Amino acid sequence: MTDLLEPRAIGQDLVRRDGELKVRGTATYAYETPVEHPAYAHPVQATIARGRVTAMDTAAAEALDGVLAVLTPFNAERLASTEDAEYAVLQGQDVGFRGQLIGVVVAETSELAREVADGITVRYEEQPHDAELSADRPDLYAPEQVNAGHETDTAEGDVAAAMAAAEMTLERTYSTAMYHNNPLEPHATTALWEPAGDGFLTLWDSTQGVHPDRAAVCQVFGLEQEQVRVVCPYVGGGFGSKGLPHANVMLTALAARALPGRPVKLALTRQQMFFLAGYRTPTIQRMQLAADSRGRLSAIAIDVVEQTSKVKEFAEQTGVPTRMMYASPNRRSTHRLAALDVPIPSWMRAPGECPGMFGPEVAMDELAEELGIDPIELRVRNEPEVDPETGKPWSSRNLVRCLREGAERFGWSGPRAHRDGDWLVGTGVASSVYPTMRQATSTANLRYEDGRYVAEIGAADLGTGAWTILPQITADALGVDVADVDVRIGDTRYPVASVAGGSSGTNTWGSALVVAAREFRTKFGADPRDGDEASGDVDQAGQDDTHAPYAFGAQFVEARVNADTGEVRVPRLLGVFGVGRVINPRTARSQLIGGMTMGLSMALHENSAWDPRVGQVANHDLAEYHITVNADVGEVEAHWIDEHDPYVNAMGSKGIGEIGIVGTAAAVVNAVHAATGVRVRHLPVTLDKLLTALP
Amino acid sequence: MDAEITLRVDGEAHRLTVDTRTSLLDALRERLGNTSPKKGCDHGQCGACTVLLDGDRALTCLALAVAHDGAEVTTADGLAPAGELHPVQQAFLDFDAFQCGYCTPGQVCSAVGVLAEFERGWPSHVTEDLTGRPEMSHDEVAERMSGNLCRCAAYVNITPAVQQAGGAR
Repeated sequence: MTDLLEPRAIGQDLVRRDGELKVRGTATYAYETPVEHPAYAHPVQATIARGRVTAMDTAAAEALDGVLAVLTPFNAERLASTEDAEYAVLQGQDVGFRGQLIGVVVAETSELAREVADGITVRYEEQPHDAELSADRPDLYAPEQVNAGHETDTAEGDVAAAMAAAEMTLERTYSTAMYHNNPLEPHATTALWEPAGDGFLTLWDSTQGVHPDRAAVCQVFGLEQEQVRVVCPYVGGGFGSKGLPHANVMLTALAARALPGRPVKLALTRQQMFFLAGYRTPTIQRMQLAADSRGRLSAIAIDVVEQTSKVKEFAEQTGVPTRMMYASPNRRSTHRLAALDVPIPSWMRAPGECPGMFGPEVAMDELAEELGIDPIELRVRNEPEVDPETGKPWSSRNLVRCLREGAERFGWSGPRAHRDGDWLVGTGVASSVYPTMRQATSTANLRYEDGRYVAEIGAADLGTGAWTILPQITADALGVDVADVDVRIGDTRYPVASVAGGSSGTNTWGSALVVAAREFRTKFGADPRDGDEASGDVDQAGQDDTHAPYAFGAQFVEARVNADTGEVRVPRLLGVFGVGRVINPRTARSQLIGGMTMGLSMALHENSAWDPRVGQVANHDLAEYHITVNADVGEVEAHWIDEHDPYVNAMGSKGIGEIGIVGTAAAVVNAVHAATGVRVRHLPVTLDKLLTALP
Repeated sequence: MDAEITLRVDGEAHRLTVDTRTSLLDALRERLGNTSPKKGCDHGQCGACTVLLDGDRALTCLALAVAHDGAEVTTADGLAPAGELHPVQQAFLDFDAFQCGYCTPGQVCSAVGVLAEFERGWPSHVTEDLTGRPEMSHDEVAERMSGNLCRCAAYVNITPAVQQAGGAR
């Protein structure tokens, strides 16, 4: 049990503190940092998918007036560490995927840098590449572990025996597409090396964590932490793709090192982001369910096949939510990877849970249909009393309350399908889940300064609301008005903070702030003097290890499918979530509706169309990689239940950045099925998959 | 090749030299240091670079600066004096119509343009009656704002914000 804060500022509907800057456009993002006399960098990318660069003709480029530096694998300095192959930019001639960085041009203007980079002649020794994922490849392998340190495979009981003995079984294969995070702000960096001394590097970088960013840069360049400062007060979206630095950050730092004293700016183009900024692997999910006639599961299994890059392994933990979501005595989950000549996959909003709740939640809908049981009732009948994976009691599990309240708000009861003129209308539901995570490292510093409490922590606000909610937490921990508290974030000059990822920011940084505030009060009492200062570490905060902490939710969808054209519209999305205590309902609602809308986007619009012949995404821009736009959205409602969880942290909050996307795509598929009778098992739900099968 | 042009940006006149390839967006951001309009795609696909160009909403990444010598540009930062907010900006705050903020200046300028288009009675793709004045309905606003992508997906907050700002005029 943790000592829960008395909520006063927590729970208040406060306007974003960074709001005025953002509606005027004066919040400065990484590329926009005002610096003296910047130079502009543009990358050179490989135009083969596998092979070696044998020569690059840069002489003409270097001779051009206004060109400041041309770096290639043939002249770039050697980095201190090439252990992480993604970061080993320009360290060798090998090409591991199309679009890989093989050079950079720095020039007086961005136009010139781009012209020169695009004009460099590159000679290659091209080798055949292998870039096509399938579930029957003979070379699929089991990684040592999957993302976030989860086990690759788990098994309990005997799934095969349960399948053989069950009254009802369901065996289906589902797939999710390749997705690109595509934050609106491209990955961008302004880098400046001080010319004097041992070197000091300042990076204004678009990142979900200035401290982890700095740690990676220090490792690659062999620098001490004191030699690098990373600054990032505002992030134009990340969705996981700025959680770890990508190669562009190292390339910009390398380019700037060639011009000490001169700030160098590099922003990836939208097209380049489809090669270099990470993506969500496509997944193939084979599901098995066994149940009795009342719908009680006797087996649940998921076997996942997905891809990684030969350059660097990333194994999405797609099978993980199946391990804990429903009760069943026999269970199995496996992950197998194909290592291909492709760009490096990475985190995208709710890695694991987002794709990993697609197959299972459509399968549950199919099972409910086969059994003639309401899909909500089927889920209720399979509620586990304790976490099936660890055997621990839940810190709080309110899935059933979310389903029931959602059903009430949505108007679930009654027929799930009807026809309205040319439109076939149906409703669908799916569950969502996300683990409540706290990172091991974060420190907050709290000082009394001119009558105000000023906290500093190197945290990040990607639009999540951290600038606004961290003062709310600090105010309650101190027992003061939130207007008297400032929290400064986004700079490595502030104490270490973990990445804004895994919906763990508020849990982690908030816990450190609470420790700092309590330490401050213990040391200085209620009447501090100017300059009084205390700090707190997250590892000093109470941590309960005896419960399984998760947030749960229920997603409801109304889908309309045009009977003649197969066009799909979603006029209503409604989610109810059990996410603990909500710190700020305004920013929380935005996080949840944003996640749900991104889930709608995944269901209907997004699809990185992979061309294995050339080894690239064919639709690599925002005209052809479709994301949900304003006119695609009808009503999107997010609600939360009043949930008291004394085990997660002093705020009682569970994390809300990712759960909104989880389950949404399954709910859309289930609604489209109710409307049309067509079960789309391979995302996205496009009209070609419906048209031929419509009644 | 360079060219010298004049731009009036947020009420202030500037004489500047641009490469003839320089987009209006890069002229604003990289030559004049006005980074209120954002670069999200550089191809007219996302709307983040939207400003009011001689009074109408326009994508500055698709405009060559040299072709707009003498133009009047209003960015989101120029819609209201420092310390004050335009009604659209205030509505965006009221409805939390943004998260990361990167598409926001473009959304705001686009919304100001949309409201002017309503005033002029311009129809859209979803206008049923082309002879009357279009209503400032949800569908009309959502349609007209669909050239501005928001990856944080604040759309259900953006539309009522624009409607409120329109009603307040």
